[in-house]
Amino acid sequence: MSIEVKNLGFAFGDNQVLKGLDFTIPDKTLVNVLGHNGAGKTTLFKCLLGLYRNYTGTILVNGKDMRSLSVRQRAKEIAYIPQSHSSVFDYDVIDVVLMSAASDVGYIGQPKAEHKERAYAALEKVGIENLAKRPYTQISGGEQQLTLIARAIAQNAKTIIMDEPTSALDYGNTVRVLSCVRELSSEGMSIIQSTHQPDHAFLYSDSVLVIHEGELYAYGDPKDVITRELVGTIYGVDVEVTSLYGDKVRVCVPVKELGKMDKKGTRWFHSGQLKPHDS
Amino acid sequence: MADEPREKAPADVFTNRRARTVVIVLTVIMVAAACVSLLLGRYPIAPGDALAMLLNLIPFVDIETGATAQAEALFYNVRLPRIILALLVGCCLSAAGAAFQGTFQNPLTSPDILGASQGAALGAAIAILLGWGSVAISGMAFVFAIIAVLLVLLISSRARGNKVLVVVLSGVMISSLMSAGVSFTKLIADPANTLPAITYWLMGSLTSANLKDIAMVIAPMALGLVALYLMRWRINILTMGDEEAETLGVNTKVVRLVVILAATLVTAASVAVTGMIGWVGLVVPHLCRMLVGADYRRLLPASMIMGAGFLLIVDDVSRLLTTAEIPIGILTAFIGAPFFLYLITRRKLR
Repeated sequence: MSIEVKNLGFAFGDNQVLKGLDFTIPDKTLVNVLGHNGAGKTTLFKCLLGLYRNYTGTILVNGKDMRSLSVRQRAKEIAYIPQSHSSVFDYDVIDVVLMSAASDVGYIGQPKAEHKERAYAALEKVGIENLAKRPYTQISGGEQQLTLIARAIAQNAKTIIMDEPTSALDYGNTVRVLSCVRELSSEGMSIIQSTHQPDHAFLYSDSVLVIHEGELYAYGDPKDVITRELVGTIYGVDVEVTSLYGDKVRVCVPVKELGKMDKKGTRWFHSGQLKPHDS
Repeated sequence: MADEPREKAPADVFTNRRARTVVIVLTVIMVAAACVSLLLGRYPIAPGDALAMLLNLIPFVDIETGATAQAEALFYNVRLPRIILALLVGCCLSAAGAAFQGTFQNPLTSPDILGASQGAALGAAIAILLGWGSVAISGMAFVFAIIAVLLVLLISSRARGNKVLVVVLSGVMISSLMSAGVSFTKLIADPANTLPAITYWLMGSLTSANLKDIAMVIAPMALGLVALYLMRWRINILTMGDEEAETLGVNTKVVRLVVILAATLVTAASVAVTGMIGWVGLVVPHLCRMLVGADYRRLLPASMIMGAGFLLIVDDVSRLLTTAEIPIGILTAFIGAPFFLYLITRRKLR
């Protein structure tokens, strides 16, 4: 089992953020975590990563209690990919990936030849080895995200957590990053990522875990979990779940919006806010 | 996505030929500046004599020099200590600046902006006021410098808003608090002896450099510089932010504490022998970052070497430009303050 969570609870003071979470995530699984902003997704991730330690219940990652491990041991079990961010200083892409060696070398150590090979191989794996010597701050958001994924690969942990990896990316980069993530999971990694797009879960997940008001609301196959009722409950939006390509994939369509459209297919003309030939 | 990696990484991905060249050039400049500085001054010394006197420092070497006894005394007791101290202090302040910029994830920090220098000044002023000896002066300088830095760290971690600006602003406030403390010690100091001692000492000058000063600070400086040098790669990871660094396997609390202690130690040691010399710790790491990149594996050594050469050259200017010496702190401020303004207008602060 990659992750086993039993009766997990977490509170910031009086504010109970997570309540009685129970779930297990098998090895080689790609899990999408859904939930509205503030539902507790990030808190759950930080508990799993061992960044928050004062939770109740137990968390086992690859069979090990994260609270009993040192910082370096934790980094060997589980890697973290934050939302793409810009670094304060202009590091080369390869030097950002090389930071993955931190869990291997001691306080005064430096990355060795094997770490450098591993870092470069990881860049090749995500397909951006040509950017190795470019400054990290000057590549696109999608390339930055791929750099961080390469860093997580080079970290050699079996489990990876990604907090909304595509929230800041355009459509093309989103697809590129997610397909890279799916390929990694098919090669044996467990990946847990949060997303705000239920549609992504149909394409890029083995199972979906839904957090609502700090509780585990649903967990299972995306086709079973993501329904009109669920989206209505957690996001407060009325959608119709439609199946495409012989049910190979499904999409959520906000049905109320359909009614607002007139025959021209544009609701703005209809409501009079903007006329076609206004100048 | 590529298949299994087909080939080994190209060798030049991990080498930075430019950085290597820069470090060599900086070293040559520093050594050349040191050699020339030995000859320059109100009493010029011939190159041959200077070389002979230098070689005479090596045990069992005794070369006849053409220098007078007076020139020898000047060489050994005044000029040589001053040059060594300028190199050491420049190296320390620049290394500390680079280290602070990394741990605070902030390009606009330096020992003086964080209030470490002013804290050291207050500690030293109190020690002078109380009539304590030079070791106690250094000790007090260190204690107050570390208090100042920890206060800035504490305040900036609690404040909301743009982190870069919050660190700079809380540094300004702590500096001002420490400066007020210094002013107060001056107010109650004896105008006949302790007041001039404090005032002159605060001005930032290498004029009074002597071998005793060097003997006193060489150990703490070496300790701090070695610690920073050994941990330099980890500073890179701290700049990614605490949570991210921790998930990469870095014990951020320990690394940050050690780096801050080491950087503060070398700052306090510098302030204890030369008073406040501002701006070096801000300017030099930035120039080096432009030359060798952000990676601390290259940035820290480059900053140390450039800082040493930079302060030596500025000190040469300060003692040679006019007959009455200009305190070096004034010169570094003339260079540093415009540079700071350039930095804040040049790039977007995140």
